Amino acid sequence: MSTEAAPTKKLSPNSIVRARRRAALRRFTSAFGRDRGGMLGLVIIVVFFALALLAPLLFDRSELDVTQATADPYLPPSRTYWLGTDDSGRNVLALVIWGARISLLVGLSATVLSMFIGTSIGIMSGHFRGVTGGAMDRVTEWFLVIPYLPLAIVLATVLGKSIWVIIVVIGVTSWPGTARIIRAQTLSVGSRAYLERARVLGGSNWHQMGRHVLPNVMPLVLANTTLAVSISILSETTLSFLGLGDPTAVSWGSILETAFDNGAISLGAWWYLAAPGLCVVLVVMSFNFMGRAIEGILDPREQGA
Amino acid sequence: MALLEFEDVSVTYRSRGADVPAVRGVSLSVDIGHSLGIAGESGCGKTTLASTVLRLLPKSARVTGRVLLDGEDVLTMSFGRLRAVRWAKAAVVFQGAMHGLNPVQRIGDQLVEPILLHEKVFSRRAATNRVGELLELVGIPARRVNSYPHQLSGGQKQRVMIAMALTCRPRLLLCDEPTTALDVMVQAQVLDLLAGLVRELGIGMVFISHDLSVLSSSCDRVAVMYAGEVVEEGPAAAVFDGPRHPYAAALAGAFPRIGDTRFRYAPAGLPGDPPFPGDLPSGCPFHPRCPIAVEACQTESPPLLQMGDRRTACLVVNSSQGAA
Amino acid sequence: MTLFQEAGVDAAPSALARAGRLAGPSTRYVAKRIFAALGTFAFVVVFNFFLFRLLPGDPIALYTKGRDVDPAQMRALRSTLNQPVLQQFVNYLKNPFSQDASSVKYNLPAWEVIGTRVWPTVLLVGTATLLATIIGVWLGVRSAWARGERFDKVSTNTTLVLYSMPEFWFGMILLIVFSAGVFGLPGLFPSGGLSTPGVDTSSPLGWLNVGWHLFLPVTTLTVIYLSEYSLIMRASLIDEMGQDYLQTARAKGLKEKMVRRHHAVPNAMLPTMTLIFLNLGFVVGGAITIEYVFSINGLGSLTVDALRGPDIPLLQSLFLLFSAAVIAANLFADLLYGRLDPRVRT
Repeated sequence: MSTEAAPTKKLSPNSIVRARRRAALRRFTSAFGRDRGGMLGLVIIVVFFALALLAPLLFDRSELDVTQATADPYLPPSRTYWLGTDDSGRNVLALVIWGARISLLVGLSATVLSMFIGTSIGIMSGHFRGVTGGAMDRVTEWFLVIPYLPLAIVLATVLGKSIWVIIVVIGVTSWPGTARIIRAQTLSVGSRAYLERARVLGGSNWHQMGRHVLPNVMPLVLANTTLAVSISILSETTLSFLGLGDPTAVSWGSILETAFDNGAISLGAWWYLAAPGLCVVLVVMSFNFMGRAIEGILDPREQGA
Repeated sequence: MALLEFEDVSVTYRSRGADVPAVRGVSLSVDIGHSLGIAGESGCGKTTLASTVLRLLPKSARVTGRVLLDGEDVLTMSFGRLRAVRWAKAAVVFQGAMHGLNPVQRIGDQLVEPILLHEKVFSRRAATNRVGELLELVGIPARRVNSYPHQLSGGQKQRVMIAMALTCRPRLLLCDEPTTALDVMVQAQVLDLLAGLVRELGIGMVFISHDLSVLSSSCDRVAVMYAGEVVEEGPAAAVFDGPRHPYAAALAGAFPRIGDTRFRYAPAGLPGDPPFPGDLPSGCPFHPRCPIAVEACQTESPPLLQMGDRRTACLVVNSSQGAA
Repeated sequence: MTLFQEAGVDAAPSALARAGRLAGPSTRYVAKRIFAALGTFAFVVVFNFFLFRLLPGDPIALYTKGRDVDPAQMRALRSTLNQPVLQQFVNYLKNPFSQDASSVKYNLPAWEVIGTRVWPTVLLVGTATLLATIIGVWLGVRSAWARGERFDKVSTNTTLVLYSMPEFWFGMILLIVFSAGVFGLPGLFPSGGLSTPGVDTSSPLGWLNVGWHLFLPVTTLTVIYLSEYSLIMRASLIDEMGQDYLQTARAKGLKEKMVRRHHAVPNAMLPTMTLIFLNLGFVVGGAITIEYVFSINGLGSLTVDALRGPDIPLLQSLFLLFSAAVIAANLFADLLYGRLDPRVRT
């Protein structure tokens, strides 16, 4: 450690904490590197993100325009069209790569929203005893019990069809799961000694939650986030498929919607269905594997069969 | 012939990469009607050693040597014979009775289970009668037989574990820290109970504990283990009152007897921690913490040498005593 | 309690125990759970009402989006919606199950429409859930016990992949392979519907026909559900396998298979059952999309129709129904758990 070189320099509490956190991070990354599933997932995610970001360079936006499609519809995969063409003659590969942008964007944004709401409410409901905490827990339970898809459908129908609505809908319907887990962790952390001390020393609730509870809950939040992303992406795909997404946006779900509505199944256009679906499966699977790898590292019981 | 005999038993755990030697070359014996105490801190291998008797170790453990139960080597028995021997020849009273019982089954059912398993002639009714008698024997009213474990106190649960161990009338009882989790008063009751059972039923007992004082009063002989080896062995009271090995002395000193003035001058404990079994020091494993260690201790591993009815594994002690 | 019994004060234990069971911890548990379930349902009812009334925009437009409504209906609608919100709420509460405006599409009270479509959903979802539970639990148990070995690795990875699939996509792939036929293989199954038109579904031959139609959708749902159930069961059993009392059972001389069957698995089933019921929302979601893909005339496809309209009154009623079903299932799970776990019961 760098501080050892100058033993006369007084170690500040912050630098000790930082050094400890850096060491913990190193341990974590090396453990993660050893998990094959997790690494595979990470690689796949990186590839998809790269493709999504590079989409404008790979295929011009005009390729998505139905009115500018020149090819025959429903062409099977060939050397010119690696994934064939859709019902309007558009290049399916272009659709899928551009679709990645919306699917990933919505997935991530919705996750950020749901994690933020879920973690905040989870920490607060676990931390505040009495009426406030109890009320929050009650609300969490209500939302947890309500079946997800009917609620999402109802909200999306009423709020309209746009990307932002989808993001909000997913965020608002997925936070309870996270909140529950975070609350349980907050409760177990809350009984620990240093929190008692912080309380006795007069730390305000915000201070306690921000400086003590949150850092201890973060590993769990991290593991949960990867799993939440996979749920968000699946949700966006489902909602778009049912026709609740933005009609002008191309996402994997909307590609499937168009395919289904135009009878791709009976026409045997398997490439049109397989491509977007496989993308969803690969991305969701990757996040799931990463999430499991993180959980495995954090939960000592899981280690070693 | 001894009831139980450990002949140069070693247990090694195979884990990712490294081999961890938990027990190294232990030889001990127990006669019928007698009790042997095994003392030592956590990690010294005493539980592992006891687990070899009924082959309850995980698959990753490799055992060498011989463990003779009534002359039969447990380690080479067929699995079918082993299952017949389990509980019927030797039974275990586990540590931490908190979780040793199935929480969703009535204790009566759990007690009856081994009887019906081992003794085919028993009807359920006869088995239940025997269970009732055993409960009374350990001081629990027979009508509690339909209780669930969570309805019993810690002391009662431990006594149920003892009753359960006796269900198939074993010849040997292995008690692994049976009183560690209990209050002192209950502890005394349980110890009296066990000693009484050994006397009345004429069984053999192996009693594992980290508390040397408890062993000194309940057992005939005691063996002190450190880092997988026996470092001292002899009559219980003698080992406790006059330990020869420095570790045994420290262990004895850690549990002073109230009122005994000698203990006011005993050392207040040892520096350092017991070594991690995968990372043992060279020579005598105790030398880093030993108050009387000499240069030779760092390189030579001391043999367990007999002197009278005592065995000690210490270069310094043995040479000064002129042991054979 | 222990003190009394320790001291031998057990005057009439059976009488006391009997009385205790009437107002003891078990009853309190049941009462608490029912109360909580009712509370959640009340919340759903309130939420259902206010969601549609308090959102921005003209509520009339919301109710009549994109369709021609005859003027008389419009006037009636406008008059009811012009009442003060609280007045409307009270009216709603008086009978939340019939809307002040009937289903716009069908021109019938929402509940009549729903009533005709319940059976197909029950058939589809019920069969799939049953099969998925049986297979999923078996798979989970086997994987957990063979933890780390090839069976476990293969099954866990497979279920993880299946769990990552959108169920409707999986259904579409099955359709395209087995119904439309690809790469020269003929399609063997119908492309949708519950039965071939004209077939009498109450005859045994009719049942076969229905079975043939349901084969693919049920397979889709079963595969997706069982992947989740098997992962849950596996995790539960792995947790249970670390418990000490299993070592006691082994030391008693039980065969490994007996230890598993009589001790570990029954105990691991408790949390598994509860979790399966708690995940019923997941089941509902699957029903909606699969009915849509396979054109099965159940509540799921009704929901998709309703959102296409949008047929708000119908949607509201469906939402209420689904929520009620899931709340009831959760309550059932809690009560079942209370019944089976003696630590809660006594």
